[in-house]
Amino acid sequence: MKGRLIRRLTGSLMTGLTYGAAAVAVLPLAAILGMLIVKGAGSVNLDFFVKSAVPLGESGGGFAYAIVGTLIIVGLACLVGLPIGVGTGIYLAEFGGGWFGFTVRFLADILNGTPSVVIGIVVWSLVVKPMGHFSAFAGGCALAIILVPIVARTTEEMVRLVPNSLREAALALGYPRWRTSLFVVVRTARAAIVTGCLVAVARVAGETAPLLFTAFGNQFFSTRILQPMAALPLQIYDYAVGPYDDWHRLAWAGALVLIGLVLVLSLVARLVVGRGARRHA
Amino acid sequence: MNPAPSPAPQQPGAPRSRTPQPGAASGAAPAPAAAPVPRLAAESLTAWYGASTGVRNVTLACAPNAVTALIGPSGCGKSTLLRSLNRMHELVPGARVTGRVLLDGYDIYEPGVNPVRVRRTIGMVFQRPTPFPTMTIAENVAAGLKVGPSLSRARRAEIVEHALRRAALWDEVKDRLADSPLTLSGGQQQRLCVARTVAPEPEVLLLDEPTASLDPAGTAHIEELVQELKREFTVVIVTHNLQQAARVSDVTAFLYLGELIEVGPTARMFTAPLRSQTEAYITGRFG
Repeated sequence: MKGRLIRRLTGSLMTGLTYGAAAVAVLPLAAILGMLIVKGAGSVNLDFFVKSAVPLGESGGGFAYAIVGTLIIVGLACLVGLPIGVGTGIYLAEFGGGWFGFTVRFLADILNGTPSVVIGIVVWSLVVKPMGHFSAFAGGCALAIILVPIVARTTEEMVRLVPNSLREAALALGYPRWRTSLFVVVRTARAAIVTGCLVAVARVAGETAPLLFTAFGNQFFSTRILQPMAALPLQIYDYAVGPYDDWHRLAWAGALVLIGLVLVLSLVARLVVGRGARRHA
Repeated sequence: MNPAPSPAPQQPGAPRSRTPQPGAASGAAPAPAAAPVPRLAAESLTAWYGASTGVRNVTLACAPNAVTALIGPSGCGKSTLLRSLNRMHELVPGARVTGRVLLDGYDIYEPGVNPVRVRRTIGMVFQRPTPFPTMTIAENVAAGLKVGPSLSRARRAEIVEHALRRAALWDEVKDRLADSPLTLSGGQQQRLCVARTVAPEPEVLLLDEPTASLDPAGTAHIEELVQELKREFTVVIVTHNLQQAARVSDVTAFLYLGELIEVGPTARMFTAPLRSQTEAYITGRFG
């Protein structure tokens, strides 16, 4: 009888501990969201999305230029980074058994662990210095370099999850190897690959450090990719350390919008997975 | 729609003769004089996994329009032998095959023969149903046609219907050809895989324990199907189930530890086996 009581108590204690750990893990996220909503929600209005910075001394203005800048820079990063990342992932999963695959996988893991500020400096010396000035293009390059290894490794994992029996079934139908990979294996993993890409994009959208040395930021609305361009994380940084209350207000609002952007991307990713799961169930 | 049996798309590089009559097959293969010319024949076939062998020195002839069953205890090399017959075995890293496999007298392991084309001529159905989850039912059946010559939409639909009818699945799926194959039951999925395999008109069908994951009803369906399919195809079936071998096959081959112990007409194999190991296995004393 006594043994059973102890067993039950231990069970309850351990279950309680896991609940506690989960609560502690969620707490910071809830705190961040709550804080941002309290401080920023009041300043997120139409002006925030359509207006750009106003001259010093005037109040009001918005982050339109920074939002557009982020979209352009992240768009550039996707244009370059996603195809390379997905392609590398497919290569690693389907053909990367040899020493070359091993090397690529190893380098991708190192790149994955490289602090983003280091990538910013590298792109500064490779792109900004030769061009002679900061540019959105350089910012896109820096984010793309962060994007590639994340996308490559998640794509590899997702493609590997496709059961080998499907691969064999296609080969037994007389599909050549490349066709099997592309039209059966990758097609089956498509939803998961898209999800991986969205999560990776959400991650780089909030990167600040690599943009400091590359896109640099801009106080004016600009869509020229060879010129310095504003971005949400940069503008938040600028305004948050600035001396004006109006700036602080806008920085909070910017942070809320940035988190919202990441949240939307994650939700879309979930939806894609959900749809895929239903179809594959 | 009136699906007519379609002529096989001729594959360059694949063996050409489709005539099953004795003596009609030209080619270098020394055919036994009395028996009908085998459609598919393994000669001194040894299948390697690295330095070890899964199948050792097997010589086996499969007559056209007949069902050959491969039986034997787990790990005896049945599946390996089957996978060597359409060059699937070599896809395993480190695996290779020595000896010859003759399809209508032509060696499919001859240098220069494209294994991809061999697999289009010798179709295979696996233990578990393997429908492609991202394709519809109709797309699944047509999947093997995509690697052949291009077809008109109407012709493709015709072939899909004909293949589904041959797999005894048409009546069950004709109203939901655009659905996901995952909405089908396991037995239906397996018949879908049969339809997918017969759609490109292979010459030989290899079935690797096609009922291993099915319930008795699904198993009965597939067994009936095998009887239908042998009118048009040469069938080789691997099975764990001795009753199944007895029910569906014309010739039974018993493998043990990678070697072909005995092969003969199914009725004789089960009533008067010549070798003591065969008798021990079919009477359930081992395996």
